[in-house]
Amino acid sequence: MLIIKDLHASIDDKKILNGINLSIKPGELHAIMGRNGSGKSTLANIITGREDYDIDSGSILFNGKDLLDQSPEDRALDGVFMSFQYPVVIPGVNNTYFLKAALNSKLKHQGLKEINAVDFMSLIREKLKQVDMDEKYLSRAVNDGFSGGEKKRNEILQMLTLEPTLSILDETDSGLDIDALKIVAKGVNDFRNKERSFLAITHYQRLLDYMKPDFIHVLIDGEIVKSGNSELAKELEEKGYSWLEK
Amino acid sequence: MSKDQKIIDQAISREYEYGFVTDIEQDIIPPGLNEDVVRIISDKKNEPKWLLDWRLKAFKRWKKMKDPKWSMLNYPDIDYQNISYYSAPKPKKKLKSLDEVDPQILKTYDKLGIPIEEQKMLSNVAVDAVFDSVSITTTFKEELEKAGVIFCSFSEAVHNHPDIIKKYLGSVVPTTDNYFSALNSAVFSDGSFVYIPKGVRCPMELSTYFRINASNTGQFERTLIVADEDSHVSYLEGCTAPMRDENQLHAAVVELVALKNAEIKYSTVQNWYPGDPKTGKGGIYNFVTKRGICLGDNSKISWTQVETGSALTWKYPGCILKGDGSVGEFYSVALSNNFQQADTGTKMVHIGKNTKSTIISKGISAGKGQNTYRGGVKIMKNAENARNYSQCDSILIGDKCGAHTFPYIDIRNPSAQMEHEASTSRIGEDQLFYCNQRGISTEDAVSMIVNGFCKKVFNELPMEFAVEAQKLMEVSLEGSVG
Repeated sequence: MLIIKDLHASIDDKKILNGINLSIKPGELHAIMGRNGSGKSTLANIITGREDYDIDSGSILFNGKDLLDQSPEDRALDGVFMSFQYPVVIPGVNNTYFLKAALNSKLKHQGLKEINAVDFMSLIREKLKQVDMDEKYLSRAVNDGFSGGEKKRNEILQMLTLEPTLSILDETDSGLDIDALKIVAKGVNDFRNKERSFLAITHYQRLLDYMKPDFIHVLIDGEIVKSGNSELAKELEEKGYSWLEK
Repeated sequence: MSKDQKIIDQAISREYEYGFVTDIEQDIIPPGLNEDVVRIISDKKNEPKWLLDWRLKAFKRWKKMKDPKWSMLNYPDIDYQNISYYSAPKPKKKLKSLDEVDPQILKTYDKLGIPIEEQKMLSNVAVDAVFDSVSITTTFKEELEKAGVIFCSFSEAVHNHPDIIKKYLGSVVPTTDNYFSALNSAVFSDGSFVYIPKGVRCPMELSTYFRINASNTGQFERTLIVADEDSHVSYLEGCTAPMRDENQLHAAVVELVALKNAEIKYSTVQNWYPGDPKTGKGGIYNFVTKRGICLGDNSKISWTQVETGSALTWKYPGCILKGDGSVGEFYSVALSNNFQQADTGTKMVHIGKNTKSTIISKGISAGKGQNTYRGGVKIMKNAENARNYSQCDSILIGDKCGAHTFPYIDIRNPSAQMEHEASTSRIGEDQLFYCNQRGISTEDAVSMIVNGFCKKVFNELPMEFAVEAQKLMEVSLEGSVG
């Protein structure tokens, strides 16, 4: 599904990624762990097409297509989704309207008919339950006045609605209390199936207690220095990252 | 340069859609302004002596006044002697039906997307089309007459309803109110007059389309709307002008008078030529004085404006809340793209007790546009329990534009309640990327964000204008933000 080959990237001549190799198959959940500044979010931003970075070399293939040639919206329409670390506030734009516009854009891309308002509302009510969100959030502006936890739940709501094949969860656990974390993790777990892949980016093992990863990769200075299964997370929790540093 | 900035810069290549000139013979006074010109204008319109005297008095005062320089607008001095102060399309004879209208003029309206026939049939709107300075055709007159509503050109009203004109002309905007109102009073050519009798709810929305067409011709419209006790009227005004290299001056005056329990709703969608998008050359200079007075108790005046055109906009539709319990409202969307400059806002003067005013202003700046909100709220000594709510929001698109806010507050009664909210935001790359990441294109995202930003004002427009305004917004921002 996703194949990253020897990816080098920098921002303002500062090297951030130093040869990332990563392959995610359908149905797998990979976790990337690492300290602040290790390049985790950069990797997520490059996969989704943020412009601030220079790609020095390497490639990213998504379902056989070169992702780096595509615009951010085309990547999204092809099934790449990111739950933002800091979801963006869009004042004046109704949350329902936004979500419906996004869904219709995707349906149109797939050559399907746009969803009507009635069908959309019944769909969205179903999804709201899965992330334990009140309907009142639908009539608010996108992320406007939402608490940290509400924003993250809103991200997961969007994921459940848009049904991407690759979901990148960028620090989805940060800013969540334990109850909210459980809700978000359940939302993700219920969404998992053998076609959908995930890339979860996190500092802490905590998230992985609720979302079982198939693989864990440790990122230090823009390089994956170690990969393993969920045992690795426990080891990191005990020993920290320093034993892996050069 | 980022992608978004590139998209914004593409706006610069957009051309004005309505830039064409209709070729019809015109009756023009040569450029220049002196007492004789004022006399000629008055004579051409066969005006009574009192009106000529009124014009001459205004002209004398104007000569002693100075161009106001306090706004944020930056423009070269205007040579008032290089402007022609009268232009009327020929033939000037009264027309009863559209068949009699010059086919060239009708074609012009077609290009603008406002075919009168269709308007007549579909939208049930009475159209008083002002072509340059003289009213050409008025429709739905009979239906309005049945209701006792008077809706006619200003010059017609001078002859047929001199008592009302005499009583209210200059009563809200005195001739010497400001430089441009004095100029307008001296040389105004025509405009619209509306009178709604006691207890009448005007059976349809009233609408006027203005169009500036003659080269180097200033347009000096004069509108007067009087709503008698317990009456109601909604008036729509829409504008668009052809492309010109020289700047064209427009200095209109609009006066509204609402008597006891009367309500006037005045809406404007303005799409004049904003000037060359690459150089800023040309475009309309729009210096308008619009003011309403809530003369009677519990009367209401509501201004709604969507300003997307003009090179310069200098406009502050205001309300004098004289009657007890009267209400003034101002809803505004002003867009400055490319080299456009707008200095606009309102003035609410509370005189009566329990008067209430609401100001919602939304400024959008894109390209190199500069957008200024300038609003005054004055609570006079006897205005017990006056209330004002003001909300002034600005949104910036790109990094070469500017937004400025100047609220003036003058309170002379301690019982006043004032609320003021203001915000400035930028359509940032973060917002656009967030939308992109959800599969929404940048153009759709900007349109969605801007329309969301303007929603509160668009909701105040009559239905047919709300749709038009939304379309206009999209067209005006196409490429720039899109």
